[in-house]
Amino acid sequence: MAKTAQPVSASQWFLGALSLPRKWRVGPGPIIAAIVLTVIVLSAIFAPYYVPFDPMHMESTKRLQPPGGEYILGTDPFGRDMFSRVVTGGRISLLIGIGAAVISVFFGLLIGLVAGFFRMADAIIMRIMDSLMSIPAILLAIALVSLSGASVGSVIIAITIPEIPRVVRLVRSVVLSAREEPYVEAATALGSSMPKILTKHLMPNTMAPLIVQGTYICASAILIEAILSFLGAGVSTETPTWGNIMAEGRDYFQINPGLIFWPGLMLSLCILSINLIGDTARDLLDPRLKKREA
Amino acid sequence: MKFKSRNFEGAETVLDIKDLSVNLPNQETVAPILDRISLNIRAGETACLVGESGSGKSVTSLAVMGLLPKGALEVTGGKITLEDRELLGLSHNELRHMRARRMAMIFQEPMTALNPVMRVGDQIDEVLQIHADMSASERKARVLDIMEQVHLPDVKRIYGSYPHQLSGGQRQRIMIAMALVLQPKLLIADEPTTALDVTTQAQILRLIAELQEKQGTAVLFITHDMGVVSEIADTVHVMKEGQIVEQAPVEKLLREPREDYTQKLLKAVPSLIPRKVRPPKSDDQVLQVQGMKKIYGGGGIFVKKEGTLAAQDVSFSIARGRTLGIVGESGSGKSTVARCVMRLIDPTEGEVRVDGNEIARLSRRQLRPYRRFIQIVFQDPFRSLNPRWKVGESLIEGPLNYGISRAEAMKQAGDLMELVGLPRDVLDRYPHQFSGGQRQRIAIARAVAMKPDVLVADEAVSALDVSIQAQVLDLLGDIQDKLGVAILFITHDLRVAAQICDDIVVMQNGLIVEYNSASEVLANPQHEYTRALTEAAPGREWDFANFCELKKTA
Repeated sequence: MAKTAQPVSASQWFLGALSLPRKWRVGPGPIIAAIVLTVIVLSAIFAPYYVPFDPMHMESTKRLQPPGGEYILGTDPFGRDMFSRVVTGGRISLLIGIGAAVISVFFGLLIGLVAGFFRMADAIIMRIMDSLMSIPAILLAIALVSLSGASVGSVIIAITIPEIPRVVRLVRSVVLSAREEPYVEAATALGSSMPKILTKHLMPNTMAPLIVQGTYICASAILIEAILSFLGAGVSTETPTWGNIMAEGRDYFQINPGLIFWPGLMLSLCILSINLIGDTARDLLDPRLKKREA
Repeated sequence: MKFKSRNFEGAETVLDIKDLSVNLPNQETVAPILDRISLNIRAGETACLVGESGSGKSVTSLAVMGLLPKGALEVTGGKITLEDRELLGLSHNELRHMRARRMAMIFQEPMTALNPVMRVGDQIDEVLQIHADMSASERKARVLDIMEQVHLPDVKRIYGSYPHQLSGGQRQRIMIAMALVLQPKLLIADEPTTALDVTTQAQILRLIAELQEKQGTAVLFITHDMGVVSEIADTVHVMKEGQIVEQAPVEKLLREPREDYTQKLLKAVPSLIPRKVRPPKSDDQVLQVQGMKKIYGGGGIFVKKEGTLAAQDVSFSIARGRTLGIVGESGSGKSTVARCVMRLIDPTEGEVRVDGNEIARLSRRQLRPYRRFIQIVFQDPFRSLNPRWKVGESLIEGPLNYGISRAEAMKQAGDLMELVGLPRDVLDRYPHQFSGGQRQRIAIARAVAMKPDVLVADEAVSALDVSIQAQVLDLLGDIQDKLGVAILFITHDLRVAAQICDDIVVMQNGLIVEYNSASEVLANPQHEYTRALTEAAPGREWDFANFCELKKTA
């Protein structure tokens, strides 16, 4: 069989990506962000297979080793390998970010559809959402975690609950405007049942804004997880997460700044990339921006 | 009929457009948006620019005002001369200076053209602040004066009102006052009466003519309505696909149109002569409405709020195969009636019987078996089909709900496409690939797919160009002949109603003021409101399709 595909160099591929169809042409920023995020996600997923040390294993003779040599990024005050901990920490941080985004989008969509479509339910649901939004998110999260004990699940729930009202509001507003569209009224006249109108006509309208909102929630969940861990209200301290690593490093970071710098860098890069991708998704999906282009 | 067509020999030329071309930037291969158009307007003259949507009327006006969207459209050739100044090539600032003082523009929708958070008096005053060197008290006097001139009542109160507190007609008067306060030489009016009711339209047209007389302004009037043209134009320029295909004084154009396209446009204008009386085919009343009333709002949990009465004492009935028109101006309650009949909203009181079954009080679930007997076609063809669905999916949505198999429904959908004059392969495409008229055909097909007994057409042809309008009306008539469906036709346009309706209900402020056969309502109106409506219909003495005066019907 003749070889038809030419090997493509990385730079060629990169340039190719920049010359996507005009609609999808996004410039270098989001592409770099996507690459960075992919690297972070893959490194986290496959961390157990390549890290040089067990991230939980303490070596009391090798405390606070400087970077270089046996330990690429040095060791923490308990003699654990920083590199292994930082990449492994991403697993929990990303899991919490994605988990919080998926769960809050799912429930937010469900509640928002109901609130947007049924006027009676709307009055009650939105008052509940208003009261949820009136409580500071961090405070609510700390309270929930301390009530239910520190675990990945409870942290995800604690982060999800304050995010749900925002999603509900978004979905509700989209549904409220979409349900006035003549094609939705026509569907009613055609005898389509309520669930069918909700899922087939109204829900697709919410997808684009939800994708965008989902990325923002993911970023903010990762950040809130870090804040909670830093305050000692997050996932239990044995599990490495970026927040936990920074919290433990805070007493010794003058001796080894890497204790805070490396997890902090991962966290910042990760959130920056997600937000950048979210912004790009918004620009591509938001019909108002499309209109301005036309 | 008396036409304007005055003599302008010797009058100075105010606007002179020569070989103006407008293109999409960097796209030489695409047909130009404006293709070397030339026209001139003399002082005191009203030049009408007519044509269907997309013909380039508005682009012409924007090019003159220097308001073409940057980056989207650009002038590629020609000249625009206002009095003695060449407008193309003027800087942004110079152009801004020319606007308001030398040329001004009024738009179709005065609500969006006015600033909603600023008092209207201040908005007129702003024009003076920017362009005239006057003291505050002089400006105030001038603003009140121009407001008097546009015949606004109680100008002191209106000076301090916000746009939402005024009616559509009053808002348009404010726009005209703003445009004319500095006595520009040229007034461009882009469909200024299209969004207004006929009676208001007549007043605004009179006002523009009066001010034009007083100030000697040249007016470039853009419209798609041949009736309006016959009332106000001195000269008419017919546009088609970016070209001016015919230019003539109004009377000559209406009597002896030279171009095929002009003839086609004129022939498509629906006549005010009611259709031939059809004997009723059956006594089977498929839709009966009795004593219907609708109050919007009201209720409230803690405080009893007063609702808005939208319709009251509405009673009518339609026999199988007949067409009943509901005619009225905006706010008359005609759409409320349509939506109550469809049970898209719940009537507050009264009965709605479809094929003898009372449906006004049924719950959503109980109603479903009866839904298929009554179907609706909406006004806006761009919003009445789900943009994410292929046309075929939209067409089979209804039949699937009533247990017809997918394959069977698709087969029927294909047949329906033929019925409405579209090819079968339309089913695999998305709505955005079709024009407004085609989409309206699809929407009609979707309604007909349910084999309804009653078809409600809520302003179903109002958003379409006249030639397309005529085709869609023909289609509705055709479908009625073939399927024997009764049509409830809601419209604000007496001409359209005359073409299709057997009987007409005239509504005003939620009440039926007249209900009679179409020929009686149009030829012999009993109620003064109906008379006002017929008298306000522009060009009512002219038979456009036959290029001559309307013969007085015996």
